[in-house]
Amino acid sequence: MRTLDQLRPGMSARVVRLAARGAIGQRLSDMGFVEGTAVKLIRAAPLGDPLEVEIQDYLLSLRRAEAHLVEISDA
Amino acid sequence: MLRSSVEDGSKPASREGATNGAAHAPLRVAVVGNPNAGKSTLFNALTGLSQRVGNYPGVTVEKKSGVLEVAGRRIELVDLPGTYSLAAHSPDEMVAVDLLLGHVKGERAPDAVLAVVDASNLERNLYLLSQVVDLGLPVVVALNMSDVAERRGIHVDADLLAARLGAPVVPTRANRGAGVDRLREALRAVADARTPTRPPVAYALPDPLAQGVAALRSGVAAPVRAALGRDLHEFELLRALVDEEGHAEARLRALDGGVAEALATSRARARGPSTVPLSALEAQSRYRWIRQLVTGCVRRDEQMPATWTDRIDRVLTHKISGTLVFAGAMLLLFESIFAWAAPAQDALETAMGWVGGAIGAWMPEGALRSLLVDGVVGGVGSVVAFLPQILLLFLFLGILEDCGYMARAAFLMDKVMASVGLSGKSFIPMLSGFACAVPAVMATRVIENRRDRLATMLVTPLMTCSARLPVYAVMISAFVPQRSVLGGWVRLSALTLLSLYLLGIVTAVAMAFLLKRTLLRGPAPPFVMELPTYKVPSLRTLLQRLRERAVAFLARAGTVILAMSIVVWALAYFPHGERPAAAPTGASAAVSAGAGAGDDVAARAAQLEGSALGRVGHALEPVFRPLGWDWRITVATLASFPAREVVVATLGTIFNLGDAEDDPEGLERALAKARRADGSPLFTLPVALSVMVFFALCCQCGATVATIRRETNSWGWAWFTFTYMTLLAYGASLLVFQGSRWFGA
Repeated sequence: MRTLDQLRPGMSARVVRLAARGAIGQRLSDMGFVEGTAVKLIRAAPLGDPLEVEIQDYLLSLRRAEAHLVEISDA
Repeated sequence: MLRSSVEDGSKPASREGATNGAAHAPLRVAVVGNPNAGKSTLFNALTGLSQRVGNYPGVTVEKKSGVLEVAGRRIELVDLPGTYSLAAHSPDEMVAVDLLLGHVKGERAPDAVLAVVDASNLERNLYLLSQVVDLGLPVVVALNMSDVAERRGIHVDADLLAARLGAPVVPTRANRGAGVDRLREALRAVADARTPTRPPVAYALPDPLAQGVAALRSGVAAPVRAALGRDLHEFELLRALVDEEGHAEARLRALDGGVAEALATSRARARGPSTVPLSALEAQSRYRWIRQLVTGCVRRDEQMPATWTDRIDRVLTHKISGTLVFAGAMLLLFESIFAWAAPAQDALETAMGWVGGAIGAWMPEGALRSLLVDGVVGGVGSVVAFLPQILLLFLFLGILEDCGYMARAAFLMDKVMASVGLSGKSFIPMLSGFACAVPAVMATRVIENRRDRLATMLVTPLMTCSARLPVYAVMISAFVPQRSVLGGWVRLSALTLLSLYLLGIVTAVAMAFLLKRTLLRGPAPPFVMELPTYKVPSLRTLLQRLRERAVAFLARAGTVILAMSIVVWALAYFPHGERPAAAPTGASAAVSAGAGAGDDVAARAAQLEGSALGRVGHALEPVFRPLGWDWRITVATLASFPAREVVVATLGTIFNLGDAEDDPEGLERALAKARRADGSPLFTLPVALSVMVFFALCCQCGATVATIRRETNSWGWAWFTFTYMTLLAYGASLLVFQGSRWFGA
């Protein structure tokens, strides 16, 4: 399964499911990472981590480690 | 599926006249909203200057309230911390739910909720609203930042949204004050009517969650009733069920009577054969409801315009330009504090000097005059003079925060912070530490992870706060040569200041690294942070916050520092009257204004040395001698442990006390003039450096210690911070003084 951290900058995808439980999973869910939601990778920070993504009309920053918990399919 | 007709809930059920309402207690309205939705700006626009800040019992959440009046009816607005969700994993996060349900001790349940919603980012903002609606309170929605939404090609039909929500939706532009009058009126009407909002397009928990909640309700009913004397609200049960290892669960588990089993069985019931976490189930169902709600309400332009945020981000988060802008912003900050604050500072100093002079001329010589001129005016005056710098700093940080750059700074710095085991989120509090460690320690609340938060809290006081500036300013102006370096571009004084800032940063980072590997070791916490849309900061909000800061600083200057000034003055003045016989002040002053005063100064120096303060300083001098200090520096430093900015006042008292009032020399020249017993200058460059390094690293701030105690709820961490910083300061000063003497500086 592809994950969000594997997306290239400028590319979009859809959230399939979260491989995260507990507080991290809940945070991501609350912030809009739910099944079927479109997500676009905008860029990585100058040092390579964290990532900037667009989801639900806003910009969110998360680390590669967290993005790895978001399973995606093609948009 | 969608019913767009306006139903009963959208209209106030009863219309009480203003005359009738005036007799009632003030209405109470809680303000909720996502971070960056413009909540504070709207709160300010609604309440103006009538704000009060306090704390909720037992937690570290700031309680901010204000009052407004609509048609003779008073409404108390209670501002809740910005949040994305009512899910709670800490006591602080639970305050919102508790307050909204009226479960906070001494706090009446609100009559209504004002939900501030960002129109440009409607879906995610409505997530919180969907939870608030579950609480069964009357809701008014402020559809804020509609101008930003329009510019981004997002058009929201507020009337249709209102009809579907069954609640008034008032478009506002908090930064321009637009829509505020309508909002006031809506708040009054809804709070007065007290009809809970029931959206015609209703949200229902998905079946598994509803079954789980029902199972939990019956499973814990007996122990809950026994312990609390009431039943849990449906929403509390939901939180206990869904927020795994969250705060509602922890509170339940604290009760006896088979709660753990009830939780396990009801969760198993809710989960069924699915592997999807319950929190994902809740989020999915709420976002599905939100999609129903907004379909047809929100129209998007075919061609979404490239936003300013995107264009700006391309520059500000770019590898090279982003780093350059970041470094430039920091440098500008340091230069501005020194260069731009100077005129206002001079004016304040002149004014205080005039006041002191006037009192001195008006009053007869004696203890009272000395107290007023040397203790009160001299002490407070020299600290108040630094107000311009502090305001500039808070203004600068306020602009960075309000325009959205702070989050970008966290984004840029996260990798760096991660290398010492912290996150980019720690960067913001640590940056705030440049202004003042007290709000900075409080700002660590944005960090969810306890260990990260503790580590940040414990090292933030090492950041060069504005209270250190007075010390640096005096020392640098007096002892660092007025020279330009690097081809005339940078003054040596600015470079010294920058080095002191760097010393604080490097030490803080090293300590954080150490703490995260020893006392606060643990798995890496997540880093999930919104990057808000760039916006022009609201001048009104900025000024309001500046006013708060200025008042807070002056209150400190007026209480702690004034008290310290008077104590130090008294310690330096008493015992009095042991003046050497040969001190004909009038005669010597008549001979010559300058040289003839020598005997008098010596006499006063002898008086000071014989005072209580002098004796303590002498007793402790051996401890600080290896740092190059004499008893006077020791005394000034000891006196500054409650609040480091006091050192300037104390130095002023110590070194000016011997000088006549008509001597207009500044503290800097007084310090430069100071001599040791053998006649050599007291302050050489190594001594000045040693003093500055000590002040850079030492925890001389009672307010910080008290704040850390409050935030950690333990004296242990507070004393730990105090102790490690003080030892660090002593060691580093020793190193600097002995080292710079070794190199012959």
